[in-house]
Amino acid sequence: MTSQIDVENVTAGYEDLQVLNDVSFSLQPGQIGCMLGPSGCGKTTVLRAIAGFEPVWRGRILIDRVEVSSTRSCVVPEKRNIGMVFQDFALFPHLRVEDNVRFGLKGMPRKLQHSRVQEVLAIVGMPAFAKAYPHQLSGGQQQRIALARALAPQPDVLLLDEPFSNMDAEMREQLAREVRSILKQENNTAILVTHDQNEAFAMADRICVMHEGRIQQQGSGYDLYHKPANRFVADFIGQGVILPATVEDRNTVRTDLGLIVGDNPVADGPGAMVDVLIRPDDVVHDDDAGDTAIVVEKAFRGADFLYHLRLDSGIEVMCLAPSHHNHKINERIGIRLNVDHLVTFSRN
Amino acid sequence: MNKVTASPSWLQRLWKPGVLLLAGLFSLPVFSIASFIVHPSNDVWQHLLDTVLGEYLFNSALLMLGVTLGTLVIGVGCAWLTSVCLFPGKRLFAWALLLPLAFPAYIIAYTYTGMFDFAGPVQSWIRAATGWTAQDYSFPEIRSLGGAVTMFSLVLYPYVYLLARAAFLEQSICVLEVSRSLGCSVWSSFYRVALPLARPAIVAGLSLALMETLADYGTVAYFGLGVFTTGIFRTWFGLGDGAAAAKLAAILLLFVFTLIVIERWSRRRAQYHHATNRYRSLPQYRLRGYRAGLACCACLIPLLLGFLLPAFQLALWAFETYAYMVDAAFLRLTLNSLELALSAALLAVMLALFLAYGKRVLNSKTIDASVRVVASGYALPGTVVAVGVIIPFAWFDNSIDSLMRTHYGVASGLLLSGSLFAVMFAYMVRFLAVSIQAVESGLLNIKPSMDEAARSLSLAPGEILMRVHLPLMKGTVLTALLIVFVDVMKELPATLILRPFNFNTLAVRAFELASDERLADSSTAALMIVAVGLGPVILLSHSISVSRAGS
Repeated sequence: MTSQIDVENVTAGYEDLQVLNDVSFSLQPGQIGCMLGPSGCGKTTVLRAIAGFEPVWRGRILIDRVEVSSTRSCVVPEKRNIGMVFQDFALFPHLRVEDNVRFGLKGMPRKLQHSRVQEVLAIVGMPAFAKAYPHQLSGGQQQRIALARALAPQPDVLLLDEPFSNMDAEMREQLAREVRSILKQENNTAILVTHDQNEAFAMADRICVMHEGRIQQQGSGYDLYHKPANRFVADFIGQGVILPATVEDRNTVRTDLGLIVGDNPVADGPGAMVDVLIRPDDVVHDDDAGDTAIVVEKAFRGADFLYHLRLDSGIEVMCLAPSHHNHKINERIGIRLNVDHLVTFSRN
Repeated sequence: MNKVTASPSWLQRLWKPGVLLLAGLFSLPVFSIASFIVHPSNDVWQHLLDTVLGEYLFNSALLMLGVTLGTLVIGVGCAWLTSVCLFPGKRLFAWALLLPLAFPAYIIAYTYTGMFDFAGPVQSWIRAATGWTAQDYSFPEIRSLGGAVTMFSLVLYPYVYLLARAAFLEQSICVLEVSRSLGCSVWSSFYRVALPLARPAIVAGLSLALMETLADYGTVAYFGLGVFTTGIFRTWFGLGDGAAAAKLAAILLLFVFTLIVIERWSRRRAQYHHATNRYRSLPQYRLRGYRAGLACCACLIPLLLGFLLPAFQLALWAFETYAYMVDAAFLRLTLNSLELALSAALLAVMLALFLAYGKRVLNSKTIDASVRVVASGYALPGTVVAVGVIIPFAWFDNSIDSLMRTHYGVASGLLLSGSLFAVMFAYMVRFLAVSIQAVESGLLNIKPSMDEAARSLSLAPGEILMRVHLPLMKGTVLTALLIVFVDVMKELPATLILRPFNFNTLAVRAFELASDERLADSSTAALMIVAVGLGPVILLSHSISVSRAGS
């Protein structure tokens, strides 16, 4: 299978500071990838290395099977046929919207330029704003224009650097879904950089979780949530608590809340002490359940409540309960476990 | 070698040494003056110390105290009125109050002297109206320390006004409303909240005004006041002692540096005084009846005294004298000034572009530091710059001359001293700072991500310069040109000291005529300077009437 972008064992950094450590991933044409991680994890450096703003120290980068970065050479950004959307949009304030979008279309006949500008403005849903100046637009509108400008020259790969971080929280997911449908409609290969997992889930086909310059795990959002490869990913993606447990057999562990049986085999042998990840949706509130716990904290979230519960052993777990189960703080409620994906971590 | 970068072009390789060389060259005067602080003293210095130094210090201190009071009262008062009160003419006053900035202090000083001296229109009218003679009444003497304080306050208060007004407008309305909700009246919330919050900005404006006061030569020389700038002149030309003059300049420099430090420090503190990022349109306290009248008067008086009245007087004199003053010599003079100002402005802007782009592209600490050194020259008084230029230039001329004499038996004489090159060099030392500041603020608006966006859209660096930077920098570069142009037109002391023999500018001619008590005759040259000076003031007043932070 031919991939659109290949990052192979890339190590890179600034001056003397190494930021990336042996980063590898690839994307198929039309796939949307995401570099997800806390600030300082190196995710933006990956993007800048692909764009050609940072050279690589080791490894290489291929765009459309052509080597663009290696230890031997580094193609300048303007020769890479990439599109980039910046965190602050970086629209040119002295140009109208249409001229911003037209900016990367030099060398194309004027008529074609015009029709391409109209086309991408229609794709991002902003055809009425062609004559406006950037400062007359809202943040969300500027975002769309930045996207249109990057899409106009039909780049081999589109790079999005925290494109929604200047948006209101409510707008982010909606915009992420919109951008995704635009990219899918145009069959663009794209890489998104973000620290917000909801954005990543809403937009990406393939997510690379990064930490301290390394890719910790890559896969779909579903896999990252339910089958985290290590404690960092388990902690960074979603909510949950770690419970101590003892291994019974290859598929079973024993906890304070009883036996948990999962489909993933447990690495440690019977009798070993392990930690098991319990997500809020693994703990089901059931008035008839045998086990009980005390409500310590509760957060109303509309359709459901997120309860923090204290078990008799003193350990706290989280529980997602439907909104009509409204219990008071300090009330004792019945719970049972419903774990589909058993995730254990060895203790050493 | 594990990093791959494009090999630097010849331009990039020349850039760093170029910036360092320029920084070294233009800080030469400051260092040559500063070295005189530790220079062993001579007899002349001892004589100065025994006789006039105390007077210089005392007068300078009084002058600064007076100007502080004057500019604070006028500047802060008008700033408060025009930012939060609503009264007839407020919008007009908001920008018109900047107009006195177009008057160099020495020109307003001649004008007032002409208006108020014994033979002037005011006293003549008093005598005519009352039938008094000279013995029957006493009239305050303009040519005094008090007069100088008044003159400086009238033309320098806009510095305080400008920064204080910006600070008041930037203040979040929330803090004012909180103070009202806690029981403060409008006036006590001014004293207890608004004023303390604006204090760093006010102090910054005040230190600019005081720097101008210390730098002035024309006014104090005309009024015959013994302060540092006049002292440097007297010592240099009267006693013929360069070392003692340089020592005086060094002390003046100490004062100025103190002010620079205060100003920088206040500006930094001002950044922390932003209470919130949420802005709403400020409340407007609508003033009615006599209160509105008082506010109107309070704003009208500085405008009238600082601009309208002297401008009217100058125009009147110019009308009387232009027939014999505007001749071929005058045109030559005007042309000299324009040529000098234009070439200085072009050179300053070109150097500023070179330095500011170097700072942006090279991204190194040494470069940052050297650009900052060059950019602090604006605070240097013209007299200090002149002395600081003469000393190394004279040393250079003498060395070359003696070299030529010993080896070739010919005298090369003065090469740099007394040349237009020396004048231009002094202008660069003093005014490069202005153009650098303007260019840097323009560059700040072009975020690095814009360069990167253009490159990701397949533009080569040269094209980025043409298609992104040029259109965005056009306005800033023009502003920088204009400001340096006007500053050179107004400049007096450095030109006076360094100009080639028989080379005159409008400012020097106006000063000479006024010193010869030909006040009316000096009006055409003075009026020309003021007219040119209106340019940047109008620009400033335009930007002030546009928007404020957060809206």
